[in-house]
Amino acid sequence: MSADHTSSVISARVRHVEALLEGRGLLDEGEIDGRIDEFLAGGSPANGARITARAWVDPGFRERLLADANTAIREVGLSMAGGLQEQRLKVVANTAEEHNVVVCTLCSCYPIALLGPSPGWYKSEAYRSRVVRDPRGVLREFGLELPERTRISVWDASAESRYMVVPRRPEGTEDLSEEQLAALVTRKGLIGTAAV
Amino acid sequence: MSRINDVGGMAGFPAIAEEPDEPPFHADWEAHVFALNGALIKRGVYNLDEFRDAIERMPPEEYLAASYYERWFTAITTLLAEKGVASPGELDVPRG
Repeated sequence: MSADHTSSVISARVRHVEALLEGRGLLDEGEIDGRIDEFLAGGSPANGARITARAWVDPGFRERLLADANTAIREVGLSMAGGLQEQRLKVVANTAEEHNVVVCTLCSCYPIALLGPSPGWYKSEAYRSRVVRDPRGVLREFGLELPERTRISVWDASAESRYMVVPRRPEGTEDLSEEQLAALVTRKGLIGTAAV
Repeated sequence: MSRINDVGGMAGFPAIAEEPDEPPFHADWEAHVFALNGALIKRGVYNLDEFRDAIERMPPEEYLAASYYERWFTAITTLLAEKGVASPGELDVPRG
């Protein structure tokens, strides 16, 4: 069976179930499209990048962020309460001695409010199974070679808890504004599979 | 006993594949499945934990063969039937 065929079969089933639910009053007309638009317009790695840049320039914020991220991110106008249920957020910061990387071994838990939709590799069995067994090797596959002396901590997200990494501030960025700093931060940096 | 979704540390999976410029959804139906799940949870037809459980109790061979959003759709239809919203037969596309 070709992928296209599989896709058209499931596509027809999804439409059928939607129509059935509309008929039973469990779905409003236009509700699905509204939700999709809202999701796509919502979280993006720019949110996590903004948090990171603030933590780089404001040591007090960094301290509050690492102690109680749910409260601290409200200072930059963000929240973990926008989804289906409020999720506990723990933010971990990379240092010269320790590098952090996030996974959800059981499914795909991810801070969507701060990072937007997750990448396919994050949800793959390959990443979920391997990063807890051989984090250094997996990071190397992502092009991130860490010194042997750098300790690696792997954080396994759960239904109630989400994690985000604050990467290390790159050298030579002393003159950049907070906004320019935020532009350096990538989605992979916030998951821990890239340096920044 | 752990379920098939509990893959942490399991050997035998391939290298990690990154897709450049990956879109959030690879087909319209994936976006619809995503939104449908949110709508049903919001209405209290089932909750998030029941949804996750419905994915995780898929038979291992089905779980491994299914794509990410195929698993979601399987869980949605499983729960709609179990909650009595619709019979399994009604959830299938009528053969024309």
